[in-house]
Amino acid sequence: MDWLVFFKYLIVMAGVTYLIRVLPYVFMRKEVNNSFFKSFLSYIPYTVLAAMTFPAILHATDNIYSALAGLLVGIIVALFEKGLLVVALSSCVAVLLIEILQKFVLHL
Amino acid sequence: MSAFRKGFTDGIPIGLGYLAVSFSFGILAVAGGLNVWQATLISMTNLTSAGQFAGLTIMISGGSIVEMIISQFIINLRYSLMSISLSQHIDKTMRLPQKLFFGEFHTDEIFAVSMGRPEKLGKTYFLGVIIAPYIGWSLGTFLGAVCGEILPTMVVSALGVALYGMFIAIVVPPMKHSWKMSIVVGLAVIMSVCFAYVPGLKNVSSGFAIIICAVLASLFGALVFPIKEEKDLKTESN
Repeated sequence: MDWLVFFKYLIVMAGVTYLIRVLPYVFMRKEVNNSFFKSFLSYIPYTVLAAMTFPAILHATDNIYSALAGLLVGIIVALFEKGLLVVALSSCVAVLLIEILQKFVLHL
Repeated sequence: MSAFRKGFTDGIPIGLGYLAVSFSFGILAVAGGLNVWQATLISMTNLTSAGQFAGLTIMISGGSIVEMIISQFIINLRYSLMSISLSQHIDKTMRLPQKLFFGEFHTDEIFAVSMGRPEKLGKTYFLGVIIAPYIGWSLGTFLGAVCGEILPTMVVSALGVALYGMFIAIVVPPMKHSWKMSIVVGLAVIMSVCFAYVPGLKNVSSGFAIIICAVLASLFGALVFPIKEEKDLKTESN
């Protein structure tokens, strides 16, 4: 990626994140006890990740069949609570196996 | 044991965990068109997980700056709550310059170990605790990016789902333990599908679509299923 374009994004991204962390650290004196706001913030990471994953994952590989395999295997391994790396690698291996099957066995 | 050594010891397991997660970030950044140094710089200046991945998506898809600002603000807003809690848990050695410096390193995990300490913490503890996580996150990204550049294309294409695999690993276990979480996440996914395929909604850029889905679903969750304690999400089994 072009360095100039990259730096524009990087400064905004890092700047916003830094301010979010530091401004309340320096200026806020009281704990936030609003349960609505707290609940909202505890749901946010999960809803963001879910919305980012589906349906985008269906178009992340060569074709939708290998993507579906990656999705299903990922969900199954995640249900066993195997941790980030194991789940991610299982998904990748599923995609790779399906694509190898398609290319070298079914000659698609 | 000195405060510095306590902090350093607390940071080591976090750093090891970060090494693995940021490795995948490095691979994905390179697969998306960034070079090794750009990938590493993102990790060295941001030190977030979901925020960085969302930011990367926006960079790769050529999203707008406004999209970048809003997504980082919403996704990382939870850090402001952690910073407020931590500001009640520090001693007099933490003056303004120390706060301006150490505030950058407030991640979910560093927050958790610091709050787990019974005593009020000072700058030497924080100096110790940030070392391993910071090195783990930056080095992992660098190594992942280097590997992404030298691996064969078919493997890199398969690694395209690695990011989503990690997201699945984060989202699915709380859904398994909490039906409330399942409903709220399900709602976000349904909206996200609408933004991807329904005419009209399709024209909304991906960064904004993610924010709208996440905010609406989380607002619904906060209104209908408020959470009393953060740990409710992990231990609840009804």
